[in-house]
Amino acid sequence: MPHIALPEGLPGITSGFAFRPETAKPMRELAHVLLHGPSTLTGGERELIATYVSSQNDCYFCQTSHGAAAAAHLGKDTGLVDKVKRDFLRSPVSDKLKALLVIAGQVQKGGKHVTAESVETARQQGATDLEIHDTVLIAAAFCMYNRYVDGLATWQPQDPAMYSSMGEHLATHGYITPSIEVVPT
Amino acid sequence: MAHIQLPDGLPGIRGAMAFRPETAKPLNELVEILLHAPNSLTPGERELIATYVSSENDCYYCQTIHGAIAAASLNDDESLVKKVKHDFQNADITPKLKALLVIAGQVQKGGKHVTGEAVAKARALGATDLEIHDTVLIAAAFCMYNRYVDGLGTTQPRDEAVYRERGKRVAREGYVTISKEYLPATV
Repeated sequence: MPHIALPEGLPGITSGFAFRPETAKPMRELAHVLLHGPSTLTGGERELIATYVSSQNDCYFCQTSHGAAAAAHLGKDTGLVDKVKRDFLRSPVSDKLKALLVIAGQVQKGGKHVTAESVETARQQGATDLEIHDTVLIAAAFCMYNRYVDGLATWQPQDPAMYSSMGEHLATHGYITPSIEVVPT
Repeated sequence: MAHIQLPDGLPGIRGAMAFRPETAKPLNELVEILLHAPNSLTPGERELIATYVSSENDCYYCQTIHGAIAAASLNDDESLVKKVKHDFQNADITPKLKALLVIAGQVQKGGKHVTGEAVAKARALGATDLEIHDTVLIAAAFCMYNRYVDGLGTTQPRDEAVYRERGKRVAREGYVTISKEYLPATV
């Protein structure tokens, strides 16, 4: 049961957003710019970074919904998403994305864990300053979203069809509009 | 030296925000609502939560600027701010704020660390659901801001007087207004 009286029937972060629309607005906008706005990183690459960090933070709702969004971007390749979560260095992603995932994993542990060496490796693989910036901020932002979702003890159903549908919505429309139809009960 | 080429002369999060105004906008709007907008928790109480979490995350820039904003909101009581960072259970603050700081400290460790007991205690001391929600989100958000500031290796001057002066201005004007100094007029 959630720690506070959140609206019923809304999974994960959508219940926190419905409870407090004032904070939902900038949180949605931030996710939209980072994961769906114009970028030299693809939507799939950015969703993989978000999924990996959410997995490291052990947040079921976030890693599953963003994993579904990543899969929707990547030709429904859920096997690749699972591989990135478990062992990205041996997954078939680009060397640049591997280097960015290393940085994201360092940010997840704490800002001071990011090393100049890992930034240099990413740069040698072709990462730009903007891509490194966005990787750091995606990883930092998911350290917020994950804590928000689990810190309120939100309802996190284990319904693959729901996450698959959310992932399609997120990959297509981004984060400004709700990804869940609110069905009156 | 920062890990990427950030604009000169803007310490801490300001350099990162000037580098990427598109993300700076929601980042400033979020902190404005959480820490500066009208709320049943005072600005001083909310800034103390932000300062405590930043201290637990060992982010010098964030704990010093938010500590200065907290002090500016609390009759310049800098010793109270330091006491809250190091030993809030014995600080001269309300039992309700202590209970909220316990929750904030749990969030800092990870979302799953928040216990039903800690929430029940805060509620028994008068905390509303909205105050508990905002405490969780302030703590979560500073786990982002702190990582952003340190993860980019931003410049963080060690002169506390600089933070003290800016803290007074942020406490007065808020985050969105003051961000116009270093962000372009339209994004």
